[in-house]
Amino acid sequence: MKYVSEYRDKESALKYTGLIRKLVKGEWSIMEVCGGQTHSIVKYGIDQLLPDSVTLIHGPGCPVCVTPIELIDQAAEIAGLANVIFCSFGDMLRVPGSFTDLLGVKASGGDVRMVYSPVDAVRIAAANPDKEIVFFAVGFETTAPVTASAVLQAEHLGLSNFSLLVSHVLVPPAIKAVLSGEDCAVQGFLAAGHVCSVMGYTEYEPIAEKYGVPIVVTGFEPLDILEGIHMCLKQLEEGRADVENQYLRAVSRDGNRAAIEIMRSVFQITDRKWRGIGEIPDSGFSLRERFAGFDAGKRFEVSSHEVDEPEICISGEVLRGNKKPFECAAFGKECTPERPLGAPMVSSEGACAAYYRYRLARER
Amino acid sequence: MMENSRITGMTCPISISDYPEITMAHGGGGRLMNDLIGKIMLRVFSNPILDSRHDGAVIAVGEGRLAFATDSHVITPLFFPGGDIGALSVYGTVNDLAMCGAHAKWLSAGFIIEEGFSMETLWRIVLSMAEASMKTGVLIVTGDTKVVDRGKGDGIYINTAGIGVIPAGINIDPSRIVEGDAVLLSGDIGRHGIAVMAIREGIELESTIRSDLAPLDSMVRDLLSEELDIHCMRDLTRGGLASGLNEIASMVDSSIRIEENLIPVQDEVQGACEILGFDPLYVANEGRFVVILPRKNAERAVEILRGHDSGRQAEIIGFVEKSQYADVLMTSSIGSERIVDMMSGEQLPRIC
Repeated sequence: MKYVSEYRDKESALKYTGLIRKLVKGEWSIMEVCGGQTHSIVKYGIDQLLPDSVTLIHGPGCPVCVTPIELIDQAAEIAGLANVIFCSFGDMLRVPGSFTDLLGVKASGGDVRMVYSPVDAVRIAAANPDKEIVFFAVGFETTAPVTASAVLQAEHLGLSNFSLLVSHVLVPPAIKAVLSGEDCAVQGFLAAGHVCSVMGYTEYEPIAEKYGVPIVVTGFEPLDILEGIHMCLKQLEEGRADVENQYLRAVSRDGNRAAIEIMRSVFQITDRKWRGIGEIPDSGFSLRERFAGFDAGKRFEVSSHEVDEPEICISGEVLRGNKKPFECAAFGKECTPERPLGAPMVSSEGACAAYYRYRLARER
Repeated sequence: MMENSRITGMTCPISISDYPEITMAHGGGGRLMNDLIGKIMLRVFSNPILDSRHDGAVIAVGEGRLAFATDSHVITPLFFPGGDIGALSVYGTVNDLAMCGAHAKWLSAGFIIEEGFSMETLWRIVLSMAEASMKTGVLIVTGDTKVVDRGKGDGIYINTAGIGVIPAGINIDPSRIVEGDAVLLSGDIGRHGIAVMAIREGIELESTIRSDLAPLDSMVRDLLSEELDIHCMRDLTRGGLASGLNEIASMVDSSIRIEENLIPVQDEVQGACEILGFDPLYVANEGRFVVILPRKNAERAVEILRGHDSGRQAEIIGFVEKSQYADVLMTSSIGSERIVDMMSGEQLPRIC
């Protein structure tokens, strides 16, 4: 299949692993930021093709995983209200809050619907004027432009029954947070190709310079990742710390200007709490004042309360890249994809779920 | 309520605190559904015929043997590219019987219809059932019709149960699977699941994907007409190829090794899966099955399957190997190895 099969080719994979083996002299740790890349790495066993001196650290880049537990509780509360149709992306439905997940709300009679785009939620709002339609807006800079355009569309249609629970998060502040950590072992980054297809990569240049780390914008197919790793290792071996672009077929330096513009017109930058990590300054989006009427958080009175994660769960350490899922005492025992304790076990892009699905079966 | 049950001393084994209510994932064909069946139904109903966990029950009657299977059909939309609930309800049971090596003979049909359902639509569905039963030579010999209040059903649900006759000398039994056996797949995977989902969710694809819905009885009949010593057959429905193979592996305590590059997937299906973040190995089929038989007979079996319309893409996709683990291993397209686990609940589309 064009644009897919050629990036999953065995001969080329062998070629790249050969090049990497020849190149590497030192010991290096590279973090792939994005959960989609983590999924590919574990699914295709890419880490097992690398020399022992190269470690891949899985980053916090699964937007589903880092959505704060309090917000999931809030979503579940709103979704359970009579007269509300609650719309969400599919993989958000199974994320556990402190008392239930959205599928649980649905099983108890709540009108919870899976949508593929926030624009679908606008359509549902237009078709159901006597109902309140709430969209759970999660995701990185990749999904934020579409959320923004849904808001503009709802405004244009004059819909007063549409609102958003916004939890959009941004990648560069998370990279800075990882690099500022005391015990940070990361020496180079694979940046998320789809995020950069929207944002470009100019905002990564000051990070590479300030922290002296190479950053390679990388795609998601196995060969993309192998090439990205090779480019990153080459910089590390040569003592360089530049931003380079592996994902040439989708990413330009300046990104998608129209998407950036629409996003900025609807959202402003705000501090955000990341599940398992804590608050990161300037790391998310909230609606601008002009669009405050679309804020579900303001529209619905729901209790907000701080919630503690289960003590045994080390998802914070996993999301920061300090620990691997295997190092968790609950992994595969109390914590499984059917009964997740922490967020990385939920989404297929979470590191724990990927390890469980592709690695653990033999040890169960 | 358990305390009123005549069977005393049994408490519900799926802890109420885990799942106080049935979720959609309990019907998704993955691990949760297996748990539900294993811990509740099999435990309470346990008997040697049920415990064999075949696609249908195999029952000795006098000198001969009968196969008995049932299947309920709830699907939205009722009509989809490549089929409809009528044909599905007939082929579903005929195929389950075929997997036991049986010729389907008689079916029952139970209809649960929602008040207000269109008579014209019912007529189309019934005609489709008649056509499907004619094609497979099965007779619908008994039935039942109930109507429920508007809003209490999803248009129409159809249950069929069927009885088939297993010819003398046929001994299909997963316990006969041995190390070295070949694993055959009868065609490309994932079409039914994606076809139905595309319609249901309004996903516009460049070309229409047709469900693979098909009767498997004639293919099975041809396979059984030669001395191929087939050890096991299983039709792939919900949960897809991955769940089907995992179920077989768990029944025989062996490992099944398959090769990703040998598994046929239509480009359009692969494309839709890429967009949705699905793995075709877990997507539903309605006209595909796997055959496990001695390696020496595998090539001939493939030839036979390829002689049929829905078997044109049949392939040997792997082998059974000795292992202390009952699981499925796959050599990926880039040459690495991974475990193909059973699906946990349902596949949910990924965010990005």
